[in-house]
Amino acid sequence: MRSLALLARNRLALGGLIVMGLVVFLALLTPALPLKPPNITDTSNRFLPPFSQGAILGTDHLGRDLLSRLMWGTRLSLAVGFAAALIAATIGAAIGIVAGYYGGRTDNVIMRGVDMLMAFPYILLALAIVAALGPGLINALVAVAAVNIPFFARNIRGITVGIAHKEFVDAARLSGMSDARIILTEILPNVIPVIVIAMSTTVGWMILETAGLSFLGLGSQPPVADLGSMLGEARAALITNPHTSIVPGLMILVIVMAINLLGDGIRDALDPRLKSGALNRPLPATLVAPSRQPAAQHADAILTLDNLQTQFHVKDRVYRAVGGVSLSVKPGECLGIIGESGSGKSVTALSVMGLVASPPGIITGGSVHYQGEDLVGAPYRRLRTLRGREVAYIFQDPQATLHPLYRVGDQLIEAITAHRPLSRDEGRRKAIDLLDAVRIPNASARVNDYPHEMSGGMRQRVGIAMALANDPEVIIADEPTTALDVTVQAQILSLLDDLRRERGLAIVFITHDFGVVGQLCDRVAVMYAGRIVEQGPTRAILDAPRHPYTARLMACVPELGGGKRRLDAIPGLPPAVDDLPPGCAFAPRCDRATETCRTGEIPLDKVGDRALRCLHPVTMTEAVS
Amino acid sequence: MTTPALRLDTLSKTFPLGRSLFGPERPGVRAVHPITLDVMPGETLGIVGESGCGKSTLARMLVGLIPPTTGTIEIEGAALDNADPAVFGKRIQYVFQDPISSLNPRKTIRQIMEAPLKLLHGMDRAARTTRIAEIFETVSLRADFLDRYPHEFSGGQAQRIGIARALAAEARILILDEPVSALDVSVQAQVLNLLADLKARLGLTYLFISHDLAVVEAVSDRIAVLYFGSVVELGRAEDVFRTPRHPYTKLLADSAPVVGRPLRAPEGAETELPDPLNPPEGCAFRARCPRATDLCRKLVPTLAPADAGHSVACHNPLGG
Amino acid sequence: MTRYILRRLLSAIPVLFGISVIVFAIMALIPGDPALAILGSFATPENVARLNADLGLDKPLIQQYFIWLGNMLQGDFGRSFNLNRPVLDEVLDRFNATLVLAGTSFVLCAFLGIVAGVVSAANQYGWADKGITFVVLLGISIPSFFLGMMMILTFAVNLRWLPASGMWPIYGERDLWALLRHLTLPALALSVVATGVIARLARSAMLEVLRQDFIRTARAKGVHERGVIWRHALRAAMVSIIPILGIQAGFVLSGAVYIEVVFQWPGIGRMLVDAILRRDILLVQGGVIFVAACYVLFNIVVDVAQSLLDPRIKT
Repeated sequence: MRSLALLARNRLALGGLIVMGLVVFLALLTPALPLKPPNITDTSNRFLPPFSQGAILGTDHLGRDLLSRLMWGTRLSLAVGFAAALIAATIGAAIGIVAGYYGGRTDNVIMRGVDMLMAFPYILLALAIVAALGPGLINALVAVAAVNIPFFARNIRGITVGIAHKEFVDAARLSGMSDARIILTEILPNVIPVIVIAMSTTVGWMILETAGLSFLGLGSQPPVADLGSMLGEARAALITNPHTSIVPGLMILVIVMAINLLGDGIRDALDPRLKSGALNRPLPATLVAPSRQPAAQHADAILTLDNLQTQFHVKDRVYRAVGGVSLSVKPGECLGIIGESGSGKSVTALSVMGLVASPPGIITGGSVHYQGEDLVGAPYRRLRTLRGREVAYIFQDPQATLHPLYRVGDQLIEAITAHRPLSRDEGRRKAIDLLDAVRIPNASARVNDYPHEMSGGMRQRVGIAMALANDPEVIIADEPTTALDVTVQAQILSLLDDLRRERGLAIVFITHDFGVVGQLCDRVAVMYAGRIVEQGPTRAILDAPRHPYTARLMACVPELGGGKRRLDAIPGLPPAVDDLPPGCAFAPRCDRATETCRTGEIPLDKVGDRALRCLHPVTMTEAVS
Repeated sequence: MTTPALRLDTLSKTFPLGRSLFGPERPGVRAVHPITLDVMPGETLGIVGESGCGKSTLARMLVGLIPPTTGTIEIEGAALDNADPAVFGKRIQYVFQDPISSLNPRKTIRQIMEAPLKLLHGMDRAARTTRIAEIFETVSLRADFLDRYPHEFSGGQAQRIGIARALAAEARILILDEPVSALDVSVQAQVLNLLADLKARLGLTYLFISHDLAVVEAVSDRIAVLYFGSVVELGRAEDVFRTPRHPYTKLLADSAPVVGRPLRAPEGAETELPDPLNPPEGCAFRARCPRATDLCRKLVPTLAPADAGHSVACHNPLGG
Repeated sequence: MTRYILRRLLSAIPVLFGISVIVFAIMALIPGDPALAILGSFATPENVARLNADLGLDKPLIQQYFIWLGNMLQGDFGRSFNLNRPVLDEVLDRFNATLVLAGTSFVLCAFLGIVAGVVSAANQYGWADKGITFVVLLGISIPSFFLGMMMILTFAVNLRWLPASGMWPIYGERDLWALLRHLTLPALALSVVATGVIARLARSAMLEVLRQDFIRTARAKGVHERGVIWRHALRAAMVSIIPILGIQAGFVLSGAVYIEVVFQWPGIGRMLVDAILRRDILLVQGGVIFVAACYVLFNIVVDVAQSLLDPRIKT
């Protein structure tokens, strides 16, 4: 249902649907319409121009009424095209599903055969089949369907392999399902959208192909004509009577174009990625809402966030990922931002340099001051010169964050040349120095490695080297060790700690791990549902958390050495940021919450070097005990 | 002497690399080296290891999703036989790491829950409805979830549904493959507690696989440490990380970030894991091991009892 | 690298073998006396008898196949009875003309398609994107033969800018200029569809890549947007575009059949259509096998290009 609604909202697709509906309707109605017989020749009236008496589209070289022939031809072309698509899709999908699901030898044998068929340039095979079977519309249909089977088979096989390795298929097997049942109830429902997409995007092509064979005289045989053979017969009179060519040609164009529009619409409606807006191209810098209220700059810090607000606008929903965050970091300081997924910690970090994917991201309020300059709303040119040079990033998954097709050395050099020219030799020397700095053994050889030739830990070292390339003042590290094994994580953390002490870097470290924060960060900010709920020196907070969320979050993390035990879980789930409750976002899960917690804004109160957003904080005595 | 709930005897798995067209036949990747292990009824055995140590391969062999290369698996005294899925599913079940992708996106939760009841236990509609209500009550899920689709659920809820499905089979043994690693810590604790409750209430046996040392320690009776496809240490949960005998276990324990412990790299050199395509001779850990000797280079150490209920596969074990 | 090329070449052998089996099998579908079908209804009994003996058509199918294959490997594709000349000679002559046409179109559509796709993706939902998307839609929806006819009508008949048909002028110099003038219309008409397909796929490949983390990394480094698009994104997108180019080469070759008919281009496509209509089976067989073999070789080139681009492919 939702897919249909989506389809209707796509105006182009709707146009295609209407045109197609009309054409199909007329084609179905053709036998009932008061048309002249399409195949009766009347040589005295040959080549009548359009809008002649009794022949609104004129007549052809044998004096046959073009309108009538057009309608009957359309009927035939549509029928053949759809039939070919249906046959090809059914057989191809069946082959693809069997090959993809069973894998192994079955797959091998089938796909080798498919590869053989695909080794022919498309039409050669069709021509060979028509050559063998002889010209004729049904033979053309068979040929077009046959040459399209491999395309469907290969496409569907790929999808099926992906689904067959999904965990829910294993789960189904453990639920006692047989192979046949799994294919029918688990695989097929997930493959059908793909089949529909493949069909809707190839029907137009099949109509073109059958028309093409008829055009060559290999399809429908006189006197019966489909659109292709009408065009083929008219070709001889192209120069003298172009209307006989233009009429069927335009009809094919209209039909195929309508089908393609509709097909694209169906594809867009069925593709889940489009629904979520995931196929949007992110702009070079995050959009800033014109209504943004910049904040005045204060504090002596190198990087200051003031009441920063970043939202995601998806369709008619607004996700308040960051709902007014104020932070600052001084040179040589490491600030931790801790929170669960969806707490807005990463979006906060990415907002600093305008790296939040946009659309759908948009900065709607607040400021980010770097050495007194507001980066939010700064022109892209300015932002670009600061990125990497003054504020650099280290990202989470080093497998995905390095370009897979460039050598790591070249990627390091590029980080520098983006900001200043560098000779080749100098660049290479600098790259090796950087790899040395992050303690990659044998740097002069590894500078020529591709990312896939390195282990996860080594790749993350490259990521760190890249961040260091221009001696930035601030490094923002977004969960840099989350994807790594614990032994590797320990190495990376100690490396980061050394680097910041050696170079006086300011680090903003985003993580979900209290252990990491406790070891690395001077100060920590705890985020929940897009806001900071507690902030202060790491030791103080870890020793005596005042916000109930902080306290309970720490309690539900098992610590090594505690032995087998029951954990103090927090009931419920974090709120969705498109539907935040009024008042304290944690109130629904909090056992200290009262009515006042659920109404009105609760401010972040500063007390000494700590800040807290809570009406009923954990008292110092409770916290320490 | 009670029959073990699960008995693995020299179980191993080698993945063939496929023969290249002209080259010699390649030896394949050994994901799991022969493992011999018992899990007693009512016990939780934790299996801990880093990525690539073969823990998921081991788990998938135990539920018959991949066939072992050598060795046997006995479930409650009978050899594993997955020829008839309808019988096999009643004996052992599996809870997946990624809760969302373990649920078919195109089926309602009811359809997902009904499959094991119908196919494994042949229940009729009325019996199924009652049973599903019962199970949902047990895992504290609301009945109105039943007619929704998986994408409408958060990770924690989806994992509860996955557990509910596993319970529906009424198997007494559950293989839990990283059941909480995709979840946030606040939700992770909920699921771990739920698992503990279920076990106590239904008398289940767990094989709990995770990369998170603290989580494994918190839920397990015994822990097996896996490195490069082999069990290198096996012992009571409270002992393994407090008094590790294997240098690798010690390295793991020292690497886990702990509040208040100063940051330092527990390993000096920037070591890399052994390459499974080109496995080292002798002990797989020796290149990273501060205690490695010549013997380690030549001879693969085998798992041997060090003291009561604590075994280690090391020529030069720590302490004790 | 040499090893890789060698290995790909060797692996083409079974494919070529399979192609020959498929072509042979299809031709075995011809109902009735094959010799009669090959020679046509005006064949003399002597000719039929000679052909039956030549081809060993009285022998079992398998044996026939190997005789046929053996002959082919020695360069003997048989004789076209309509043209009264060896099939291979005719095929080679015609293939040259096709190569000129299809090759030009392929270069054109690869270049235009990729550029259009990149520009379109880089300006998603902007005017350039909308314009390109519309033109592309028109391109993939118009039958190439109809487009060719309309181009003749417009540019050759009405505007008299370019010749309407043939590869060379009937009278006058056969120089490069003359060839280019004759080539322009058919090459353009032929490349339109493939340009559209490549542009669409290049656009979606680019959109896919632009969401990747390494693009964000490039931006975080301060790489200029031009570099992000053309150096980082396009390079990664080429990994999925290059195989498409291989497939599209097949479509260009296919489309050449129509275009050659419309523009009277003396290529292999037109030869095949004529041969089918005249039931010149051996000529069809030879032409199909030859073009398919060339296409297989071309796809090896594509694979090698892919392995040069992507270091993750083991060579």
